Amino acid sequence: MKYVVALILGLIIGAAIFAVGIVYNPFTGDRVLSPLSVTDAQVIVLQFSPVPAESIVYTNNGESVPSPYPEKVSQLWEAPIRKTSAMATIMRDARNQPAGIGLKISSQSESTDLLRGKAIIDSIWYIYTPQHGSMFIQQTENYLPFVQEVAFPAWRSSANSWRGTWIGNTTSGPGALGTAAVSGGSGRVKGLDLDGVETLTVRAFSADTGFVAAEGQLLIELPELSDDTEEVLVR
Amino acid sequence: MPDLASELTSGGSVLIRTFFVGIVLGLVAAAGALYAIPVVDQTREVSITKVAPNGGNVEIFRIDIPTDRVMVGSPGQAEPVPPGMQWPNVDELAGVRTEMFKVRNARGLVIGVAIRNAATHEGQNVIDWVLHFPARGSVFANMDPAPREGGYRIGGFRAGSREFAALSGSMTERWVANTTEEEGAPAGHIELQAIYVGELEPLDLAEDSVE
Repeated sequence: MKYVVALILGLIIGAAIFAVGIVYNPFTGDRVLSPLSVTDAQVIVLQFSPVPAESIVYTNNGESVPSPYPEKVSQLWEAPIRKTSAMATIMRDARNQPAGIGLKISSQSESTDLLRGKAIIDSIWYIYTPQHGSMFIQQTENYLPFVQEVAFPAWRSSANSWRGTWIGNTTSGPGALGTAAVSGGSGRVKGLDLDGVETLTVRAFSADTGFVAAEGQLLIELPELSDDTEEVLVR
Repeated sequence: MPDLASELTSGGSVLIRTFFVGIVLGLVAAAGALYAIPVVDQTREVSITKVAPNGGNVEIFRIDIPTDRVMVGSPGQAEPVPPGMQWPNVDELAGVRTEMFKVRNARGLVIGVAIRNAATHEGQNVIDWVLHFPARGSVFANMDPAPREGGYRIGGFRAGSREFAALSGSMTERWVANTTEEEGAPAGHIELQAIYVGELEPLDLAEDSVE
């Protein structure tokens, strides 16, 4: 009997060691430098707040963290959309002035592979700014570095919260260099196929309520433009 | 007389070995489980498509109004949807009406989330749709702002992801008023008809030729 107990205890501890190894694996979760942060090309900079209470609307299945905002927003509880969240927010330019509207829809991805360090979210953005026109951004985002360095420490802390400064690119594809695919739909970006990267800066996070203090940024790289169109640019 | 101390040591050693074997098995079992069992498994509804007479596949979606409205954002709304929403009062959103909906398939089951944006800026009208299906991918369509005879609009796919990445095609939107007198029935629904056309791939004539 004691051997069975020892074996079961070993199995449990082995599984626990594996779980800890996944969270603290030093070989995964590198916050790679964005190719757009070192580009010479001109970029559109759009900033937003990922904090639900600072957005216009945020909704999910109503059971996940964070809670929908405002309280009476319709929740995405039906089975095919239960693992999806949606947000509408004001987008600001590099000078922090309102630039337009942005809507982000994110779904947990079946390409998630924790063994290979991938906690993937399939997400899309629809952005409309009078200055640039409408844009559609599709990307895969890897949140494992965020989970390892922010969410898990917040969950472990006695206050269920985390404070500090975490900066990371969440975009991991589908571009070969880990960039998002941006398609211009109207206005000055109509017909353009561009690259983009989403960056997250987190200063406070609660395991109970989600982002407390955080900023998001989208960098969209523009192709070589003629002199006439350079004034389009924000930076 | 048996050596009690050595028996205990031997038994303890086996016990410790069993414990360590358990740890190894636990590691292997956890890794195997993580490899074999998907962490995320999205619920799928079968796609209901028909073959179009002139090529391509047709899929019809519907959005019941007001049931499927998640958000309606435009300046100066007396009753915002959802209640309590604060639409930003900024010049950049002056001519913008942005809506978010749940999308249903032809059987009336919710399968995704949609965005419709209508904007007017410097005399130019923009109407865009984005359809997002968690298990399949997303489609971005640009509509012709001018409605056709019969009150519907037509547009083309601009981009897509995953299942829709390799497809081109068109989409029509039209409002269908509810004519039944059932209590609690929606006022009507938006019907979206998507026509998917696969990318043409050039035939390798050398390979296909009869020798």
